[in-house]
Amino acid sequence: MNGPQDLGGQMGFGPVAPERDEPYFHAEWEKRALGVTLCAGAMGAWTLDESRHARESLHPADYYASSYYEIWIKALETLLVRHGFVERAELGDGAIHGPGTTPKRVLKAADVPAVLARGGPCDRPVATRPKFAAGDRVKARNMHPVGHTRLPRYVRGRQGVVEAVRDGFVLPDTNAHGRGENPEWVYTVVFTGRELWGEDSDPKLSVSVDAWENYLEPA
Amino acid sequence: MTTHDHDHQHDHDHDHDHDHDHDHHHDNELDPMAARVRALETILTRKGLVDPAAIDVIVDTYETKVGPRNGARVVAKAWSDPAFADWLRRDATAAIASLGYSGRQGEHMQAVFNTADTHNMVVCTLCSCYPWSVLGLPPVWYKAPPYRSRAVIDPRGVLAEFGVELPARKAIRVWDSTAELRYLVVPERPVGTEGWDEGQLAALVTRDSMIGTGLVREPEAA
Repeated sequence: MNGPQDLGGQMGFGPVAPERDEPYFHAEWEKRALGVTLCAGAMGAWTLDESRHARESLHPADYYASSYYEIWIKALETLLVRHGFVERAELGDGAIHGPGTTPKRVLKAADVPAVLARGGPCDRPVATRPKFAAGDRVKARNMHPVGHTRLPRYVRGRQGVVEAVRDGFVLPDTNAHGRGENPEWVYTVVFTGRELWGEDSDPKLSVSVDAWENYLEPA
Repeated sequence: MTTHDHDHQHDHDHDHDHDHDHDHHHDNELDPMAARVRALETILTRKGLVDPAAIDVIVDTYETKVGPRNGARVVAKAWSDPAFADWLRRDATAAIASLGYSGRQGEHMQAVFNTADTHNMVVCTLCSCYPWSVLGLPPVWYKAPPYRSRAVIDPRGVLAEFGVELPARKAIRVWDSTAELRYLVVPERPVGTEGWDEGQLAALVTRDSMIGTGLVREPEAA
């Protein structure tokens, strides 16, 4: 979706503000936000793609006014309600109104190291051969899906060169919406700064994205 | 109040430097997000969906165990051991796992090597994708709109805000982490470090040098 998350090339946000000796967390609640988000994800009811889509579906005014952990928490509440684990009213008053969905699993403290060490690999076998090869000229499709996608707007319609054929990976565009993993080949595609930003671009700039096969067409 | 809750609140008080009267009406002191996350954790715990002790272990993992020292060790080994560097180029996930670093947000790693001609810089314009297994949790600026918006269009301007100025002749390659590959920048080994062991070398490798927004420390400054 052309949502608030798609930031590449936007202007007006001001300078980057690196913080010297930045702590991992700036408030105690951020620690709990990280942990509760990972624990809730470990129930297995939704995918990381669905999580990302819930975050980018915040109203743009809300998204830009929120810190990243705030975005996580707001999206997590949406996911928990969507999947029937909690009711909105329970989030408000903290009282249990109904049993809610039974999770596939609950992450216990003893299992955390193994679960984090395993992660969530999302490479998958793909039955077809890759359509593109390293060195091929390709064009990022001019597409504007209303659902989740990982093709940023700033490359759409632009021509680049395939630098590498990666593995097959779960397709976020369907996986985020419960429509299956539909793995496709992923390619690293390189664009010149001038192709993306015009004649005034830094002549020594190139930018790559990792694109699923259906994001690309021959150029 | 459980021990866990007590610690939680105790730390919270110390997050604020301004004067509280410390009268222990804690809930009245919570800012809206602290209250919101507390309420969420409470209802999930009551419903048996979340184990608060699991949250403690997750937080401890990313506060004390997984961080940029992991990545620095990878870089130092690549500088010291050509066979490892070659492996890192071909199969970064396996090479990094051989040092014990793997798992969440490091499942599919790529190492990109700076050269005399090219400087690499990593961003996630669409969210906050970052190689947790080697760098730990991302800094706030990495996840915030100024960096995500400008890294791909004005990387030299962004670098200037980090105090980094590259020669105009040096090419900049920006890697936008739009899929599940996670990128680790391998900076160039500084001159003047001949004969240094991996521990000494790792001390030169900053977190930002592995994102591409910084340079390694100079040997005399280490």
